[in-house]
Amino acid sequence: MLPSAPIELDELERDALTELANIGVSRAASNLRDMVGHQVLLSVPAVEVITREHATTLLGERARGGLVAVHQAFAGDFSGRALLIFPESNSLELVRAVAGGNLPLEDIVDLEQEALAETGNIVLNGCLATIANVLQRTLKVSLPEVIRGGGPDFLAMAGASEEEDVVLFLYIDFCVNERDIRGYIALLMDLSSLESMRKILQDFIQRTIGQIPPVAHVAP
Amino acid sequence: MSYKVLIVDDSKLARMAIAKILTALRPDWTRIEAANPDEAVARFGVDGADIALLDFNMPGRDGLALASELHDLKPEMPLALISANTQREIVTRAEQIGAAFLPKPLNQECLAEFLSSAEQRLRAAA
Repeated sequence: MLPSAPIELDELERDALTELANIGVSRAASNLRDMVGHQVLLSVPAVEVITREHATTLLGERARGGLVAVHQAFAGDFSGRALLIFPESNSLELVRAVAGGNLPLEDIVDLEQEALAETGNIVLNGCLATIANVLQRTLKVSLPEVIRGGGPDFLAMAGASEEEDVVLFLYIDFCVNERDIRGYIALLMDLSSLESMRKILQDFIQRTIGQIPPVAHVAP
Repeated sequence: MSYKVLIVDDSKLARMAIAKILTALRPDWTRIEAANPDEAVARFGVDGADIALLDFNMPGRDGLALASELHDLKPEMPLALISANTQREIVTRAEQIGAAFLPKPLNQECLAEFLSSAEQRLRAAA
């Protein structure tokens, strides 16, 4: 059953969450840039409150063919999971870009799992740590795990949640044009943690804007 | 001397955060705000501005593209790009346009430093 009143974020709370994601992913992209040696382009983040089933569909349909994801769970005052997802066909190219040089294919394949986990760890931790710092909260982040498959495989991890549960789904596309690497970063938060997230967002908003004159266009 | 500052960010909260710090530092300055580059160019056309503070990652075109446009419209206007995206390519392009790069979340010290140098430039140009 659908929860009778899925939690609603007001306009400014949603804005705050999007901006936090933007700051987190921008920092993470800067880390990834240093690893691959080329600029990482980012889309504008999107935030949706949707059912877990819908999230599964969205995770799968954003790319054709098999997907690889690096997954990390986070827990603290709010909890959920962070995923770095890209087409399986990109995976070796990403490893090659990160490992650098002209490694023979067999070495790249040997390195793949470890390099993916480490890349995911740096990108996702960079993003989550930045968000936690801005919110002045502590988050515990699990070790990275590499998963292959599609949307259902990524969401079947950890916790026996109902498909109808409402989750907060936040995603940003990234690409490295010079290396033909593209993918996206997704953050999912469950409903119960959304409630605490909302309180934390309100604190953050209060701290950020404090007491200022109304934000009107005050040009004379 | 009181100046007019154009603040451009697609996040309302980010605009409010910048406005808070700006008001604390220069209470008598005027600010105008826009939520995207098109609106920014339109408002600049109507109201003008002396200084511009621009977000990087926005729908449509990014803050660097907007900085270039504003620079073409008013070359003497001090510009700052505000972003958590500290990739070398972005910081370098900001420098090439002559825009300062201020890290996000913005803090008072960084903005104070930029505003002081902007004031010096504007006074020297006056």
